[in-house]
Amino acid sequence: MKQVQFPALDTFAPRHIGPRGGDVAAMLEAVGAASLDALIDEAIPASIRLKAPLNLPEPESESTYLARLKTIAKKNKVFRSFIGLGYSDTLTPSVIRRCVFENPGWYTPYTPYQAEIAQGRLESLLNFQTMVVELTGMAVANASLLDEGTAAGEAMTLLHRVQGKKLGEANGTFLVSDRCFPQTVEVLRSRAEPLGIRLEIIRSDQMNFDAPEVFGALVQYPCEAGSLYDLKPFIDKAHAANVKVAVATDLLALALATSPGEAGADCVFGNSQRFGVPLGFGGPHAAFFATSQEFVRHMPGRVIGVSIDAHGHRAYRMSLQTREQHIRREKATSNICTAQALLANMAAMYAVYHGPEGIKAIATRVHAMTRALDGVLKTLGYQQQNQQYFDTLRVTADATRVGAVRDAAVAAGINFRYIGDSEIGVSFDETVTMADLKAVVDVFASAAQKGAGTVAIDSSTNGPTWPAALVRKSAYLTHQVFNLHRSESEMMRYIRSLERKDVGLDTSMIPLGSCTMKLNAASEMYPVSWEEFSRIHPFAPADQTGGYRQIIEELEAALCEITGFAAVSLQPNSGAQGEFAGLLVMRGYHQSRGEGARDVVLIPASAHGTNPASAIMAGFKVVVVATDPNGNVDVADLKKKAAEHAKDLAGLMITYPSTHGVFEDSIRDICATIHQYGGQVYMDGANMNAQVGLTSPATIGADLCHLNLHKTFAIPHGGGGPGMGPIGVAKHLVPFLPGHPLVSTRRGGSSDPPEAIPPVSAAPWGSASILLISYGYIRMLGGQGVTDATRFAILNANYLKSRLEKHYDVLYTRQNGRVAHEMIFDLRAFKSKGVEEGDVAKRLMDFGFHAPTVSFPVPGTLMIEPTESEPKAELDRFCEALIAIRREIEDVVTGKADPKDNVLRNAPHTAAAVSINEWSHPYSREQAAYPLPWVRAGKFWPSVGRIDNPYGDRNLICICPPMEAYA
Amino acid sequence: MSYPADLKYTKEHEWIRVDGSTGTIGITDFAQQQLGDVVYVELPDVGSTITAGQVFGTIESVKAVSELFAPVTGEVLETNGSLKDRPDHVNSKPHETWMVKVKLANAGDAGSLMDAAAYEQLIQK
Repeated sequence: MKQVQFPALDTFAPRHIGPRGGDVAAMLEAVGAASLDALIDEAIPASIRLKAPLNLPEPESESTYLARLKTIAKKNKVFRSFIGLGYSDTLTPSVIRRCVFENPGWYTPYTPYQAEIAQGRLESLLNFQTMVVELTGMAVANASLLDEGTAAGEAMTLLHRVQGKKLGEANGTFLVSDRCFPQTVEVLRSRAEPLGIRLEIIRSDQMNFDAPEVFGALVQYPCEAGSLYDLKPFIDKAHAANVKVAVATDLLALALATSPGEAGADCVFGNSQRFGVPLGFGGPHAAFFATSQEFVRHMPGRVIGVSIDAHGHRAYRMSLQTREQHIRREKATSNICTAQALLANMAAMYAVYHGPEGIKAIATRVHAMTRALDGVLKTLGYQQQNQQYFDTLRVTADATRVGAVRDAAVAAGINFRYIGDSEIGVSFDETVTMADLKAVVDVFASAAQKGAGTVAIDSSTNGPTWPAALVRKSAYLTHQVFNLHRSESEMMRYIRSLERKDVGLDTSMIPLGSCTMKLNAASEMYPVSWEEFSRIHPFAPADQTGGYRQIIEELEAALCEITGFAAVSLQPNSGAQGEFAGLLVMRGYHQSRGEGARDVVLIPASAHGTNPASAIMAGFKVVVVATDPNGNVDVADLKKKAAEHAKDLAGLMITYPSTHGVFEDSIRDICATIHQYGGQVYMDGANMNAQVGLTSPATIGADLCHLNLHKTFAIPHGGGGPGMGPIGVAKHLVPFLPGHPLVSTRRGGSSDPPEAIPPVSAAPWGSASILLISYGYIRMLGGQGVTDATRFAILNANYLKSRLEKHYDVLYTRQNGRVAHEMIFDLRAFKSKGVEEGDVAKRLMDFGFHAPTVSFPVPGTLMIEPTESEPKAELDRFCEALIAIRREIEDVVTGKADPKDNVLRNAPHTAAAVSINEWSHPYSREQAAYPLPWVRAGKFWPSVGRIDNPYGDRNLICICPPMEAYA
Repeated sequence: MSYPADLKYTKEHEWIRVDGSTGTIGITDFAQQQLGDVVYVELPDVGSTITAGQVFGTIESVKAVSELFAPVTGEVLETNGSLKDRPDHVNSKPHETWMVKVKLANAGDAGSLMDAAAYEQLIQK
């Protein structure tokens, strides 16, 4: 090895990994292992261990990494992008950037399943829903979807479901206006074809609504080229023929133009990015989705609702969860799991900060500047095609002139949208300054052989370009929250007041099994908000995105090395979307070999609920494989079912190590069986944090997998998104990786092969800006560091097991008693005594901890995953809390504590409940609030008591309650 | 809770009361216990036909969304509108809280269903 002089001291691995020095020896002693190597040998079958260490670049210290990344960043050129197509530059208010986007209090929490310690972001997400409802003119909205393209897919399938009666046995036809964004149309293809839905891309005035198989239609408003038109005649005509209508739209345009809801739309969606969320080369951004009250129970994704807590006070929660895939599995309405909570919160805060008059002023200014440009273009003799428009102009000219505009624009550092060689799209946004407008005018002037600065800009024409009937008259953002916080002091305090109610990784460890809540390091996060990464349009020309392309290429190579696969697609925006993409790849592969009849996917009973939901979306039939008494896949049952389906077996979806947290010895035999019967093996990468550097998907025999970058590779969970779910594939599947209509994602920029499946995301590399986080994780840890992360994740899990197994029953282990990176504790024995898993989850809040995963994958249990990032001291506090709770359970079981009025049943305890004058409970206030001495230091007080779930689902309210309710 | 002798039961835990050519359908006490707090019931349109053994609606609790299976074939005469506001009645009085009334297509259909004794034996397994 090369001798390094003055080695850097700010190495990352010891900051990322929690246990250190003497702690490790003590932990190994507790677990009864001679060494960390010996423990790993006991946890993972020898037959699947990697033969050689990972071949990844040497680790960089934090400062070295950031300095090098600065040089890569400079390879991205920050042009002024007026491309549009659903992505507009925006001014993220600094108070939102600093207090939300760059704040671990907002980006490290998990999806708000434990509502009592998530009231802050639940309130903010309810603000998001209220904002969407009011601007779109619809009745209900969800708390965000992955992107506009997938939202279009969800709108189509929602309309398909609610039109079931009309269609009967027919698959149906969905009419799509040819004036929708091209990437939206392509994503629709990926969603329609597997379900047998026929897509007809056609001019909206030529749609035939009378054909009986037509169930729905989609239009864009304003259209992709910027034209604003009256939706109502179109919607009325469709409705008259019992055709439902979905409308893709732009929230800022709706500040000035009549909303789709007022025109009668059934479903309205779009991208909320321009409400303060950086472009980020395609994401992450929050798509919004709204529908009518009639279809609320068909709405995909997460819906925040209002309920009450045990004391009768208003409290927020996720409602309609039973419609989600983790419960409904193959009958779920969609496979959506991860959403875009962090970005939805930013958009909501943008509306809170600006309020109705501010949003209207922004929209008015954008529109007025677009009008001013239109006036100039006319003076210069250009043909501008949009009579009525909001922020986008469509200029037609001959190819020579378009070429001249393009050259002048490039020289001025400006991107327009070029359609063919005779059309230019110019889309303005709130960042446009007078200097920008002048620069744009000069570009068009010089291409028309007029001197720069010679054309006057007339700013006097105000008001809309559309008729009075289309001018928005209805109010929006009427709720008080959008009308209170105008000064930065108030805004900062409002954001902080919400943040204080939530438990994130900045408070304590979050031991959620199957979620891998590891450190999201500051050095990984910093570059995401650097201008060179945040202000790049997803469809910017390749020669402006050299920095991103270098990072993408290096990250793909690293993920190939880690998975053992030949290629990786970074397009899917979540694990579930990765599953869907992978299954389409599998389907494409079988079809290419003339074996398209293979349509059965085997899925173990213990699988994550997204697996069956994704399989159905991808057009497969699901056959469930049984689990044996030890929690492993029942190999005999698998062999029997694979043989039964020898002719139509498409493949297997399997999580490894299993969802029960165990490395199954039979995995190679399982994969060989599937291959023997002509199937492909899809590995769900949810538990990849137990594999990296020690084994790999290719080594166990899988053909493809997804990776949750927001689990294993350090992207924060954002309080319920963003996420990233890239897929890795073996060589024979590479041609089938997803394509994109506007940008080549293939190596060297080559075009997509004919085998490529349609895109699953609107942007070519999904949420590209957060790829930086995973890139930083891998580059700062290096091959040894990422492997050590796995080793310590396994050590931490086995340490927890050793400390807790004397108090709780561990459900599944390997035969030698070892677990992988997580384990399940069984609480079912206490149910008959009146103590349920939910009581333990809520009681942990009184100790300042977030609950482990509740009742997945086994009802009545808790699944705990500590990750490598937690130090021994935190693991010990968590164990002490669970041991104290076990004593409280025992008191209920033995009758020492009241069966109904006890600390468990009444948890969590709020400050108000504990400080009440008339304390009536049989236990002490101290036991309620400070059950262990260390809880006093930095006590976290849940802001509400136990939430009444049935009340919330029976009285569904998904927008901010009216002000009198706050009295 | 006892299982009324004047009802017939299915293995999917629906009950039916046959009165002449009219069948009144709900879910059993056992079913509501399994579901937990019922929050929503989705029922077919009046005038539509439900088919024995096929799904005719969904029932949603805090824990799960489950399907409702038709005990008999028939045309829907009436649906219980009060469920909209009081879905919890399915929990509190399951054998009185009906969901749909149908006009039986075949009078004999209900004959093959379980009586209370057979059903109680089924759920004790």
